[in-house]
Amino acid sequence: MPESPNALKSTVNPELEALTLAAARTAVVSGTTTAVALAESYYQRIAAVDPEVRSYLALTQDRALAQAAAVDAAVKAGDNLGPLAGVPIGIKDVLTLKGAPATAASKILKGYHPPYDATAVAKLEAAGAVMLGKLNCDEFAMGSSNENSAYGPVHNPRALERVPGGSSGGSAAAVAAGLCAASLGTDTGGSIRQPAAFCGVVGVLPTYGRVSRYGLIAFASSLDRIGPFTHTVQDAATLLEVLAGPDAMDATTSTQPVASYTADLSKPVAGLRIGVPEEYFGEGLDPEIRAAIETSLDALKVAGCTIHKVSLPHTRYAVPTYYVIATAEASSNLSRFDGVRFGHRSSEANTLANMFRKSRDEGFGAEVKRRILLGTYVLSAGYYDAYYRKAQQVRSLLTRDFLTAFTQVDALVCPVTPTPAFKLGEKTDDPIQMYLEDIYSVAASLAGICGMSVPCGTTQTGLPIGVQVLGKHFDESTMLRVGAAIETARASQ
Amino acid sequence: MSTPAGVSLDEVQHVADLANLELTTEELPRMARDLNAILGHIAQLQELDTSQVEPMAQVAEVLGIAPALAGESLRADQIKPSVDRAAVMSQAPESDGRFFKVPKVIER
Repeated sequence: MPESPNALKSTVNPELEALTLAAARTAVVSGTTTAVALAESYYQRIAAVDPEVRSYLALTQDRALAQAAAVDAAVKAGDNLGPLAGVPIGIKDVLTLKGAPATAASKILKGYHPPYDATAVAKLEAAGAVMLGKLNCDEFAMGSSNENSAYGPVHNPRALERVPGGSSGGSAAAVAAGLCAASLGTDTGGSIRQPAAFCGVVGVLPTYGRVSRYGLIAFASSLDRIGPFTHTVQDAATLLEVLAGPDAMDATTSTQPVASYTADLSKPVAGLRIGVPEEYFGEGLDPEIRAAIETSLDALKVAGCTIHKVSLPHTRYAVPTYYVIATAEASSNLSRFDGVRFGHRSSEANTLANMFRKSRDEGFGAEVKRRILLGTYVLSAGYYDAYYRKAQQVRSLLTRDFLTAFTQVDALVCPVTPTPAFKLGEKTDDPIQMYLEDIYSVAASLAGICGMSVPCGTTQTGLPIGVQVLGKHFDESTMLRVGAAIETARASQ
Repeated sequence: MSTPAGVSLDEVQHVADLANLELTTEELPRMARDLNAILGHIAQLQELDTSQVEPMAQVAEVLGIAPALAGESLRADQIKPSVDRAAVMSQAPESDGRFFKVPKVIER
């Protein structure tokens, strides 16, 4: 791999840089190291390297070391160990971890310490994972570059002058820089897949309803999903197996049986029908990305898959549809931030109405205000049918596109993004340019299908390229198998 | 001031009022410009004839797997412990321990 112009300068505990979840667990379980020693070496690396990346907003050492000590005691006692025993994990700062700060990268939640754990976090800990801290992101997960964080942008560890992608930029960058063995992010319109592609790691968007959203600070409730960032597809399968399943605290979680994702990875991909949606290869796609995707398709062909052209005819309407629905839901969800129950309250206000307005004005950043305004506008009297209802109808069409394609093929393969990671500051002045960054990711979000980004190459200048694999609703198994086949082919190149 | 897609400064101010947002005099024209640009982009949805298409609020209804909405998976109506009140109130900007305190609502 060519040397990136601005790669990390620090070399503290370099063995952690590419340490997989599987290898971390094996090291702890076999006694090669202890969970406490492993967590401490991650904290040393974070102290040295994160000033270059800025991926963490808060560290949770006390909780991490207590959990690590409990894992070590279990190892010593010969107890049954969970699938994530001793594995150090970072959490996007839109998920709650009891007693730790949860800011959603917004000033309006500065100082907030939620009194409960997100279900996803609780499940990881029950499986033995060690929570290192809270990861930077775009404010309320709104953005495609991590430049909307109230606490400053994250830098892409593969090229420090470039964005890590967003909104889960910290989650992708922390894994890529070896500042955790795996992480959790959230994806509303591409916020896991795009940063995974920009940082050269694996990122998985599970089917809507597969992972509980309890404890996730809501952006757009019909679209928000939680998923893992990892070094390998197998690690992602391991995490997803822990995260998936129904939860009494989230009525939208599904009771569909959870497959054995890790076991299913060993099934051959030969005979799978792979669809290539023609609308995802049009004008504006970077030629190096196109070539890398074609290499992945060739590898799948060699592995025995058949490749089929398919059409998703409403693709060009996905971005406008998304920005109506997501902002409408956001305007409603973010009305809870009013300075009454938690977070920031303006010290300027002397009436209740004034307190709401001033607290929100002081607390929210520009992009969040822009989206609240747009969402309020499309829901307001006289515009509801023209914008919101219309977008919901087009959402049906976009979903039907996928359901039709999946009668012909088992999975889809396409780009994640039209370009590799762009420079910090390059797109901040033009919201439309930034929104079009999501052109290949939002349709899957609206349709609720599962998706993932798998590293599939690098540009001549050393920037990572990701390939997107999209699967049927609740068929993460097939999607992960296709992703693993691409990963294996690339490793043997 | 009227803009191409037609959202005026007054309308932006009205929407800001609805959303309980206070915009500064610098923010208002910038937001008007951005809203008009985004709404111009969204206008292409009008090309599609959707008169025969059902609106979709979320995914499960399309798949016919929305038990929660059909009422089948609603939990039993039993009292269960929830988050401790003191823990919740400790996060409030102003509280007497039992209630949230806010500025005076009714003038007399």
